[in-house]
Amino acid sequence: MDRIPILKLGEALLVTIQVDMHDRLAMALEEDLTTQIVQHTAKGVLIDISALEIVDSFIGRTLANIAMIAKVLDADTVVVGMRPAVAITLVELGLSLPGVRTALNAERGMAMIRNRIERADLNLRDEEEGGH
Amino acid sequence: MAKAPASRLPAILLESAPQITADWIARLNALPGQKISVSELENQCDSIVKKLIEACRDGTLAQIDGPSFAPLREILADLSRRRAIEGFSPTETATFILSLKQPLFARLRSALAAEPDRLVAETVTSGELIDGLSLFMMEGHQRVREEVIIRQQTEIAELSTPVVKLWQGILALPLIGTLDSARTQVGMENLLDSIVRYETDIAIIDITGVPTVDTLVAQHLLKTVAAARLMGADCIISGIRPQIAQTMVHLGVELNVVSKANLSDAFALALRRVGKMVVNRRRAEPAEAV
Repeated sequence: MDRIPILKLGEALLVTIQVDMHDRLAMALEEDLTTQIVQHTAKGVLIDISALEIVDSFIGRTLANIAMIAKVLDADTVVVGMRPAVAITLVELGLSLPGVRTALNAERGMAMIRNRIERADLNLRDEEEGGH
Repeated sequence: MAKAPASRLPAILLESAPQITADWIARLNALPGQKISVSELENQCDSIVKKLIEACRDGTLAQIDGPSFAPLREILADLSRRRAIEGFSPTETATFILSLKQPLFARLRSALAAEPDRLVAETVTSGELIDGLSLFMMEGHQRVREEVIIRQQTEIAELSTPVVKLWQGILALPLIGTLDSARTQVGMENLLDSIVRYETDIAIIDITGVPTVDTLVAQHLLKTVAAARLMGADCIISGIRPQIAQTMVHLGVELNVVSKANLSDAFALALRRVGKMVVNRRRAEPAEAV
C-alpha cells in the first residue's frame, strides 16, 4: 500500500502530501506519524498540503486529529500551504481546524516550529537556573 | 387532427416555397425600421424556409422540439442570438417569424379552397407551428439578454471587491455596498488568491462602506476570516460604524476576531505585527541626506 513519507529534520517531522489523499492513506499517515513522533520524540510536525487540491470532511477531520494527537505527545502541528479553494471548502464544511496552527509556506511553518522549540529550551533553562 | 393521411402542409410548402419566401420577405421589408440589409434578410428567410421544409418532410408538425427540427432550431437560435446582440426588441424578433403566417395561410387557402374543413385544420396546425417557432426564438432572445445580465453581474462583483496591497505582507480588502453570498464568495476568493500571491501575513477587511451588517453578513465575514487563518494569514476587521456596532450587539452578532474602529488603527496594528514601526524623521536632518 502507498504511504506518505515522513522525514525527520532535527526535532521536527516533515510531511509533504504530493498525491490525492484517500481515506486509507490519511489513516495510514495518522498512524505512521503517531509512531514516528514517539520514536524520535519530535517537538514539531510540519504538514505541507500545497499540492493537495481536493479535501473532504474526512481529510479535514484527520488533519485536526493529527494535530490533537501531536499535542498529546507534546509536538506542535503546523499545516502549511493550504490552497484557497481547499480553505473555502473546509470552512464551508464547518471545519475551521481550531487546534491546528497554519502558515503560508513551508519556510514560515518551519520558522514557527523552530521558534517554539527554542522558546521551550529557554523556559527549561530558566527553570533549571531557578532551581539551583 | 389525428385522422387522414397526415398534413398536407409539407407538400404545399414544398411546391410553393419560392412564393412563400418572396411574400415573407416583402412583408418583412414593409415593416417599419428594418435594421438589416435586404440581401441578408433574403438569405435568412430562404434558409429558414428550406429548413422548415426539411423538418416538415419527415417530422411530426407542431412538435418543434423533435429531432427533425434540430437544424431549424439551430438557425433560429443563432438568429435570435445575433438579433439580441444587435439590439432588436423582443417584438421585432417575434414579428420576424410571425410574419411567415400570412404568406403560409394564403398558400393554404388557395391550395385547399375546395375543402374548408381541411383548410381550418391545416391553418390551426401551421399556426401552432409558427407560434412554437416564434416562442422558441423569443426564448433564445431572452436567454441572450440574461447572459448579458449575468456577465455584467460578475463583472460588477469583481470590480467591487478589489484587494489592495498596503505593505509587504499586509493586504486590505475594502468592502463597499451590501454584502450577499455571491459577492462575499468573490471577495473571499480574491482575498485568498492574493494572500498566496503576495505572501501575506495579515489581511485587513475594511467594512466602512457596508451599510448594514446582519447575522448573515457577519457569518460571511467569519467564514472569510476562518479560511484566511487556515491558509496561515491573520485577519483584522476594521471600519465598523457606530450604528452598525450597536445593531450587531443588539442582534447578538459576535465577531470573534480582532476588530478596529478604522482602517488606520488596523494598519498600525498590522505593521506592529509584521515588526515594522512608523517613526518621525528627525527635523534637523536635511532632506538630501536621507
